[in-house]
Amino acid sequence: MAESVLDGNALAGPLRELFAVDVTAAIGRCEGCGRVGPVATLVLYGPAPGLVARCPGCDAVVLRLVRGPDRAWLDLRGVTSLEIPLNSHLSGQI
Amino acid sequence: MNGRLVWRVARLVEARDETPTARTLVLEVPDWPGHLPGQHVDVRLTATDGYSAQRSYSIASAAGAEGDTRVELTVQRVPDGEVSPYLAEVFAVGDPVELRGPVGGWFVWRAADPAPVLLIGGGSGIVPLMAMVRARAAAGSRVPFRLIYSVRSPEDVLYADELRRRGRDDFGLDVAYVYTRQSPEGFPRPPGRIGLATLAGHGWPADFAPACFVCGPTGFVETVADFLVAQGHDPRRVKTERFGPSGG
Repeated sequence: MAESVLDGNALAGPLRELFAVDVTAAIGRCEGCGRVGPVATLVLYGPAPGLVARCPGCDAVVLRLVRGPDRAWLDLRGVTSLEIPLNSHLSGQI
Repeated sequence: MNGRLVWRVARLVEARDETPTARTLVLEVPDWPGHLPGQHVDVRLTATDGYSAQRSYSIASAAGAEGDTRVELTVQRVPDGEVSPYLAEVFAVGDPVELRGPVGGWFVWRAADPAPVLLIGGGSGIVPLMAMVRARAAAGSRVPFRLIYSVRSPEDVLYADELRRRGRDDFGLDVAYVYTRQSPEGFPRPPGRIGLATLAGHGWPADFAPACFVCGPTGFVETVADFLVAQGHDPRRVKTERFGPSGG
């Protein structure tokens, strides 16, 4: 298995490189088991060769992110929906 | 929002030893936009051959006044780590480091939230919780805070003097310790892991609906979060942040 176990909070930087909002605060639904919870609570493995986020409920792969020198590959196979807060006090903070 | 997240070159302006294996880095970060307590930064080191390694570090300081471009990180040296031994031992005043942030919008405390707060930290999981304690004081907030800090021994306590002072002077802040390997002399309990009794004695009743923040190693975070939910806390009010055993 991968070398270090973190959680979805650590996806904040890598995902803010791609998206204009903080995706870790979004509520996702797991395609595997239907669990609903913040992206920040996913179990994260990585960093090499990429970040793999699994559902803490059923261990299914929810998201994979690989960053190359000039592009990124994002695989969202395990998330059926994301509810993204837009009125965050963080607006303008980042 | 200011568009894409960019790497900035920060410089070390001061370093403070916290314990024999941890030190606080005071960084000057150009154009720092301010931050919320609980947010973190990504730090990147690049070797001359181009190999680079990246880690996330919680911000330890409260945001200063607008335009304050200083950020404090506390780095615990992980033996055989790729990044932390450099930051904790070699990195010197004046040296540059690449940094991006602040990031993370979930594990954050907002001073406008009136709910009582329960902070539970294991080891260096205290760092983002300390930012919350400092931000509370900086905001002049009267929101009641309780902090439970689980740590191996008295020598491993980060921010020991400041916590002693704040526990005494910050009105509405209670600080309790759990020692897992070695207790100080005269401490009422033998060393041991955090348990339900400690949470019941030093936490908040679930019907106060506190905002709970738990940070530490994976096993610690999972155990404490399960205890809190078993005590009746709404799982949505229990926010967690974990770091792996080899996060170094």
